Amino acid sequence: MLTRRQALQQLSLASLGMVLPNIRLDRAWATDEIVVGNLLDSTGPINIYGLPMVDATKFAIEDINASGGVLGKQLRLVQFDTQSNNQLYTQYATQLLLESKVAVLMGGITSASREAVRPVVDKYGALYFYNEQYEGGVCDKNVFCTGVTPAQQIGNLVPWAIQEHGPKFYTIAADYNYGHISADWVKVYLQQSKGELGGQEFIPLDVTDFGSVIQRIQTAQPSVVFSLLVGGNHIAFYRQFAAAGLNKKIPVVSPTFGLGNEQIVLKPEEVEGLTVIYPYFQELDNETNKKWVVAWHQKFGADYPYITDSANTVWNGWHLWAMAANKAGSLEPAKVIAALESGLAFDAPEGKIKLDPQSHHVVHTVHLAKVNDKKGFTIFKSIENIEPTDTKQVCDLIGKPDQHTQYTPKF
Amino acid sequence: MAARLVRQTELAGWASGALAVAALPQVLSLFQVVQVTVFLIFAMLALSLDFIWGIAGILSFGQAALFGIGGYLYGIVGIDLGSTILGLPAAMLGSAAVAALIGYVAFYGRVGSMYLAVVTLTVTLILYQVMGSTADPKYAIGDARLGGYNGMANVPSLSFAGAGQALGPAEFFYVVGGVLFLALAFCLTLARSSYGRILQGIRENEPRMELLGYDVRWRKLLAFVIAAAVAGLSGALFASWGNFINPEVFSLPQAALVVIWVLVGGRGTLWGPILGTFVVQYLTSLLGTAGASYTTIALGGVLVGVVLLFRRGLAPALSEGIGRLLRLGTAAIAGRK
Amino acid sequence: MDQIAVTAIGVLFAVSTLALLALGLAIIFGMMGVLNLAQGEFLMLGAYTVLIATARGLPVWIGILLAPFVVGMIGIVLERAIIRFLYGRPLDTMLATWGLSLVLVGVVTVVMGPTTEGVATPLGSVEIGRYGVSVYRLVVIAISVATVLAVYVVLRHTRIGMIARATMQMPRLVAASGIEPQIVYAATFGVGAALAGLAGAVMAPLTGVVPSMGLAFIAKIFITVMVGGPTVLLGTASAAGTLGVVESAVAYASTPIYGQVAMLLVALVLLRLLPNGMSGLWRRGL
Repeated sequence: MLTRRQALQQLSLASLGMVLPNIRLDRAWATDEIVVGNLLDSTGPINIYGLPMVDATKFAIEDINASGGVLGKQLRLVQFDTQSNNQLYTQYATQLLLESKVAVLMGGITSASREAVRPVVDKYGALYFYNEQYEGGVCDKNVFCTGVTPAQQIGNLVPWAIQEHGPKFYTIAADYNYGHISADWVKVYLQQSKGELGGQEFIPLDVTDFGSVIQRIQTAQPSVVFSLLVGGNHIAFYRQFAAAGLNKKIPVVSPTFGLGNEQIVLKPEEVEGLTVIYPYFQELDNETNKKWVVAWHQKFGADYPYITDSANTVWNGWHLWAMAANKAGSLEPAKVIAALESGLAFDAPEGKIKLDPQSHHVVHTVHLAKVNDKKGFTIFKSIENIEPTDTKQVCDLIGKPDQHTQYTPKF
Repeated sequence: MAARLVRQTELAGWASGALAVAALPQVLSLFQVVQVTVFLIFAMLALSLDFIWGIAGILSFGQAALFGIGGYLYGIVGIDLGSTILGLPAAMLGSAAVAALIGYVAFYGRVGSMYLAVVTLTVTLILYQVMGSTADPKYAIGDARLGGYNGMANVPSLSFAGAGQALGPAEFFYVVGGVLFLALAFCLTLARSSYGRILQGIRENEPRMELLGYDVRWRKLLAFVIAAAVAGLSGALFASWGNFINPEVFSLPQAALVVIWVLVGGRGTLWGPILGTFVVQYLTSLLGTAGASYTTIALGGVLVGVVLLFRRGLAPALSEGIGRLLRLGTAAIAGRK
Repeated sequence: MDQIAVTAIGVLFAVSTLALLALGLAIIFGMMGVLNLAQGEFLMLGAYTVLIATARGLPVWIGILLAPFVVGMIGIVLERAIIRFLYGRPLDTMLATWGLSLVLVGVVTVVMGPTTEGVATPLGSVEIGRYGVSVYRLVVIAISVATVLAVYVVLRHTRIGMIARATMQMPRLVAASGIEPQIVYAATFGVGAALAGLAGAVMAPLTGVVPSMGLAFIAKIFITVMVGGPTVLLGTASAAGTLGVVESAVAYASTPIYGQVAMLLVALVLLRLLPNGMSGLWRRGL
């Protein structure tokens, strides 16, 4: 006689056994479709960056399809949620390349996730786009990085801050690769612009109590705090800084603030006046962006929190690839790479951008902006057409094509 | 009658397992082979925990850390010495050494069992912090940069014929499958030996074993070291599989995941955790590919369901189910005669 | 001089918040043997309660008062639905509560979105010499100390506390005297959850509130409770005191990284030296 528990057990095992084999990932696609792959974090702590990027991906694919697709065929997006877990990046990248046989793979948010994908891409000779701000230095024939890099952001933020606020900096950075390498770049640009580093700290990603940090900042009395903090837990710093009354006394500048919509989580009185620098802001006043924002709100709702720079970067990545594939007349990675290296230009929501053939990075125009009281930013200065010199000075993929590595700055 | 049935069932299990390992690369697609390979690697990690926990009764939250240490050591040896084959024993020895140190302090210091769990968790978290802070290029052992949170890149794939001729996916699958087979056979044999039975006695009632005259300390230490070697080996294979290793293996979610594989599969059965690993990891990947934001909710719901419905894990429920079917079958045959 | 004062406040803050955060888990684990890995999520729910309350226009203090009740209710519901089947199986509670934490994070993400407007720190700042210190921090210290004392008083000197302690030790005897143990279990779990909710609510104006915020706390809380040992209050309080002082003192002297590593190392040493956790140092007591 089965007990109720045993009956339930057998039933669930049996149904699991019947259901699981039938969950087949739809592999059969029509021959007039091109399959493309995307890996982003929709769940887990990284999704504060990931969700706008997922939306931008869907939007970009629809847009490309609406304008005729690639090589006359429609794109079919296969997107996996990597759940903020780097091992899944490796696993899903393999799945997309070997099983779904995608024509191009895009995705990755943290540098760690990108470095989990790159070996797979190199192993199978596929094409990969990393569409996110990062620390620079990736030099890989199969990889294109469309995000903004230190030379473009930090290289312009530091001189401006010295001029506007004073020469003594205090750097606080997230304790991982992006934080360390970016902090090194801050030192480089400080030296170039005759500034001085009053102090530098690295803070683990799961720290929420910034009391000690804030105290050391007050002891050091810098002219400006340079923040390279990342992630949901680090939002606490800005809150605690304001709570100690310091946001009115010491200005803060940051190339990372806002990417995770921190200006929405924090109240305006806590961070108003904080200066950031990005290629893209929702408030940008060019024609392309005005139309883009309207279309975005039509698709995702008028109450969408804020369209981040990452969303714009993702949009650009997809369109650059589509342009190159159409120009090459083929989906073969080698041919598309050659087309991508032919000096493509694109009319992005951020403005006109160019893909630099040598470094596989993008030439950006960056804008300085301050946090305003409407959960957004007010742009006040623009610097045009900045080359990704941080990567370009060490990476020449035309002259020396067979490279698959990431350079880090040696000082 | 019952014992013969059990032996026959077990032999059937071994046979079908061997058949599966041999046949799968032929029937599965290339990607599925690669994916099942990593499941097998994780299954070996789960096996290591079940040996130390299910058999010896010592809960270690540090198997993931030993896995990570093995992976990093494989990477360092592979990059610096150019020999991936040497990387495997290096990983095993390194993890075993770390475990020996921790185990010596714990078992010879007579720390309670719950506290060993916390100690191993604490060591894991320390490693997470320390390895995560190695982003600077100066943190390198030879040519192998530790890489901080980005991890160690360019880890070479396992190859028997020298660098440049790495094993292909199917061949690597056979190697991993074979190693897991051997590890399982080793652990089962050990568990059934007199040493293993004493370990189980220690698990059931340690003071009694001591009163019977057995020195429990070196036995527990040995079990811990063996489990560490298995975990380290699986870590090395993992680094070879993905060509990289990063500090995420030292994180709390990863450490807890190993425990979950074993609990879902069935603690103490040694083959159960292999099943548990497959179920949990397969579900995780499947849910992620469904692409919705309900991944975590679904996975969490499944875990809760498993705990409530399957008290001792899936493996015992499965064997009971199969046992019942067999009994019904033989009873029917007997009745028909 | 002012630096010493500010550092002292910082250390006191770290210790008292750690005690408050760990107290809920200490009760649930210490008294019920449930390894609740979802404790961080109860914290998160408390923080979100404050968020929702302030979004509706209520003052932040009302939100902080509401949070323990809301999260306590949720705790009781979860106890009845899931936890009560797992008593006596501490490792299975670990598995179930891990699954529960995934579900809670997922549900909150879907309902609230990954980033929600937060709550600014109330009460402004005060000058101590050259340093500005948030007044709210001092209030948090007061709330934490008061809560720990209140729990101690209830457990030690009231009838309810006595019934709770008796049920944990001898449930059948309690049942024989006419009190249903199930109710006591549910209530105790609810209190443990409520304390976490209060901790989260109190932290909400100090940090960024995101669905995954629990993860940053769970390891630290867990280790504190284990180092504290079986006596719920004195053990946890001494552990929080020791570990909190180590972490914050080292962080103030150098950087937060060393603070975290130092805390973990000290925990290791204490675990090695004290087989019963810090409870072993107290001859008797709660």
